[in-house]
Amino acid sequence: MRTLNQAKPGEKIVVERINGSGPVKRRIMDMGITRGTEVMVRKFAPMGDPMELNLRGYELSLRKSDAAIIEVS
Amino acid sequence: MPLTDGNDEPAARQYKYSQLKGVILYMELRIALAGNPNSGKTTLFNKLTGSTQYVGNWPGVTVEKKDGRLKTDHNVIIQDLPGIYSLSPYTNEEVVTRKYLLEERPDVIMNIVDATNIERNLYLTTQLIELGIPVVLCLNMMDVVRKNGDLIDLAKLGKRLGCRAVEISALKGDGISEAVELAVEAAGEKAPEAEQPHVFKGSVEHALAHIEESIAPYTDPRLIRWFAIKAFERDQRAITELGLDSELIAHISQHTADCEREMDDEAESIITDQRYRYITEVVHETVTKKPLKNGMTFSDRVDSVVTDKYLALPIFAGIMFLVYYVSVTTAGGFLTDFMNDTLFGAWIMPAAASLLTSLGASDWLVSLIVDGVIGGISAPLGFIPQMAILFFFLSFLEDCGYMSRVAFIMDRAFRKLGLSGKSFIPLLISSGCGVPGIMAARTIENENNRRMTMITTTMIPCGAKLPVIALISGSIMGGAWWMAPSMYFMGIAAVVTSCLILKKFRRFASQDTPFVMELPDYHLPAAKSMMIHVWDRVKGFLIKAGTVLFLCCVIMWFLGNFGFSGGSFGMTEADSSLLAAIGGVIAPIFAPLGFGSWQLVASSISGFAAKESIVSTMSVLAGPDNMIGLFAGSAAAMAFLIFNLLDSPCLAAISTLAREMNDRRWTAFALAYQNTFAYAVALMVYQFGGLVTGTVEPGAGTIAAAAVLMIMIWLIVRKSAGNDDMKGAAYELHN
Repeated sequence: MRTLNQAKPGEKIVVERINGSGPVKRRIMDMGITRGTEVMVRKFAPMGDPMELNLRGYELSLRKSDAAIIEVS
Repeated sequence: MPLTDGNDEPAARQYKYSQLKGVILYMELRIALAGNPNSGKTTLFNKLTGSTQYVGNWPGVTVEKKDGRLKTDHNVIIQDLPGIYSLSPYTNEEVVTRKYLLEERPDVIMNIVDATNIERNLYLTTQLIELGIPVVLCLNMMDVVRKNGDLIDLAKLGKRLGCRAVEISALKGDGISEAVELAVEAAGEKAPEAEQPHVFKGSVEHALAHIEESIAPYTDPRLIRWFAIKAFERDQRAITELGLDSELIAHISQHTADCEREMDDEAESIITDQRYRYITEVVHETVTKKPLKNGMTFSDRVDSVVTDKYLALPIFAGIMFLVYYVSVTTAGGFLTDFMNDTLFGAWIMPAAASLLTSLGASDWLVSLIVDGVIGGISAPLGFIPQMAILFFFLSFLEDCGYMSRVAFIMDRAFRKLGLSGKSFIPLLISSGCGVPGIMAARTIENENNRRMTMITTTMIPCGAKLPVIALISGSIMGGAWWMAPSMYFMGIAAVVTSCLILKKFRRFASQDTPFVMELPDYHLPAAKSMMIHVWDRVKGFLIKAGTVLFLCCVIMWFLGNFGFSGGSFGMTEADSSLLAAIGGVIAPIFAPLGFGSWQLVASSISGFAAKESIVSTMSVLAGPDNMIGLFAGSAAAMAFLIFNLLDSPCLAAISTLAREMNDRRWTAFALAYQNTFAYAVALMVYQFGGLVTGTVEPGAGTIAAAAVLMIMIWLIVRKSAGNDDMKGAAYELHN
C-alpha cells in the first residue's frame, strides 16, 4: 500500500482510496481528491513540506502528514 | 418542525416577510454571490456595488460579512458570501453560508465559477443547486480560457446543470449586466423550469429517494433534496434542524449503512465521489482543453523559479527588501519627513499658532490646539504616506497570488507552533503596521489559529515603534547597528514563545484542520480593487485619527498641562500636573522593571494612542536633549524598550483587534495576555540584565524574575491540555 506522501516529484499517480474520517478527509475530498482522480506531484516546498499537487487543472498545496491518508497506485 | 402551511406556500418565506417591515420588502430583490475563493467574486462584488458596500462580521464568528446595493438599481441588495469550496458542516465560512442560504432564502444565487479551473468550482455548484434557490452560473475569466485556446459549450453546460449560464469577465467588466438581468429573471420564476440534474446514481439515488419520502413532512418541499442528502451524509447540524425523532434517524441511518456496506466507503465520501464523477462527465461533454506546452501554464513556469528549492527564500527576501526600501526608506520616508517637518512643523503649526493668537485666543487654547491636538496628531498622520505605499505593495502581492506561495514556503516552520504558513503573512505585514496585519489574519481558516495570530502579530515591531527603538539604541547602546534588527528577532522570538505557550491551553487546542491550500494562477490585480484595498485601510486610519486619537491628544494634553499647585487648580508645570500625579500612583508597579518614574510610565501610556507618542511625550517631559536622563542605566532602558514593543498596540490596532475578534472576552484576553507577557519579559530583562551590568542588587526583584522565568519555561514545555494537533490528519482504519 503506497500513500501520496511517498510519491516523488514529477510522478503521476491515481488515487485509490482515502482513509480516515471527519473534517480532514472531507476537506481533501472537497478539493477534488477522490477515487480514480489523476494527480501529478509537482514539487515539494523548499523546506521539504508541504507538497504541491496538480489535479483537475489547478495547483494544490498539501502537507505530507495529511497526504498520508491517501492511498495511491 | 413542519415548514409548510395549508396554501402550499413555503411557510418560512411568508413568516419572514410578515415579521419584517411588510410591503416594502416585496419590492427588494436579494442576490447572493457564492463561489470558490479566488474565483473573482470579490472583483464582481466591487463592480456591482461600488461604494455602497458595507463590511462587518457575521455574528459570533471572525468571518467577514459584506453586502451592498446594486449601483444601477438600489432596490437590489447584493450579499457577498464567504469564498467556500463546499457546504460541509466543518468550517465557519461554510456554516455561515449554509445558514444564510437556508434561513434567509435570497431570491437568487449568482454562482461565480472560475472557468479556468472549472471542475473544482462546479463541485460547489452542484450543492447550491440543491438548495431550491434559482442559480445563475457565471463563468468568470472567460478571456483567459479563450486565450488558452480552450472551448466551453455554455448552452450545453447550463442545460446539463439545469440553470441559466452566462460568460463574464469580472476584471474587464464584460457580461456583468447580462448576468444581473439573468439573475433578476431567474428570481422571478415561481418554480424552476429546468429539471434538477441527476447527480447521484444507482443505490445512492435509491437510498436518497427513500430518505426524501421519510423526511418530506418535516421540511419545505424545495429543501427536501438538500436535507435528504445531508441526512444520508449523517450531517448532524442538518439532522438537528429537521427535528427528526430518533426512530426516524435510525431508520435513515440504516439506508445509509446499507449503501456504505455495498460501496465499501463512508457516506460523506460516497456523496463527494459521486458529485465529482458527475462533474467529470459534464465537463467531458462541454469543455475542450488545448494541450499545454510542456504541461506547464504561465503560473507553473513562474513558480518553477519562485518556489524553487534554492531560489525561493532569496527571492522572497529580495522582494520584501524592495517593498520596504521603497515604502519606508526612500519614497515613503521622504514623504513622511516632508509631512512631519515641513507640512506640520514649518507650515501648519506656526500658522495655526499665529492665527489663533491674532484671533485673541488665550495661551492655553493655543497650546491645546497647536501643541496638543495638531502636534499629537501630526505624528500618526505624517506616517500615512509610508503606510499607503506599503499597503499598495502588499495588496498587490496578495491580489496577484504571490502571498499563497509565501504561505506554502513558510508552512513547515509554522507547524511546530501549531499554526500554518498562512500565519506568516499577518506577521510580515505587521512589521509595517499592525492594523492591516491583524486584518490579514482573515485568510486563516482555523479560528483558533486566527485568534492566536491576531494576538501575537503586534509583537513584531511596527513602523511607529521605530522612533523609540532608535532613541534607545542611539543613546544607550551607542547607536549599534544591530539593535534595530535584533528587536525584530526579539519580536519573532516573542511570537514563537507565545504560540508555544498558548497552544498548550485547552481553549486553543484545535480540532484537526489540514493545511490544504490552493495556489491560484498569477494574474494582474484590478487597479480598482487595489485602490479600494488601500483606500479602505487609509480611510480606517484617518477616521481613527479624527476621532479616538484626537480625543487622546486632548486628554493627554490636559493631563500634562493642568494640575493642582499652590492649593489651586490651573495650568502648571509638568511636574505638578495631573499626569504626574496619576503617573506617580501607577509608577511603583513598574519599579521592578526599572522604569518606575511617572515620566516613563506616562510615556508608555501615551503609546496607547500612537506608538510614536512615546518618544514625543518623553521629549516634552524631559526636554529633547535629556531623554536618556530618565533612565537609571542601560538595563532599565532596555526593559522599557522591550515593554513598549511587546505590550498592547496602539488604539487603532486594538480597535481593529476588537472588531476582528468579534467577541469581548477574546479581546479582553488578548489585551491581558499581551500586557502580562510584556511585563514578565521586561521584568526578566531588567533584573537579570541589571545583575549583569551591576546596576541592580540581588533581592526580591531577582527572585520574582527567576520565578517568572520558571513559570514561562514550564508553560512552554508542558504537555498539551487538549488534542495534540501536530500529528495532522487523524488516521483511522476504516472497519
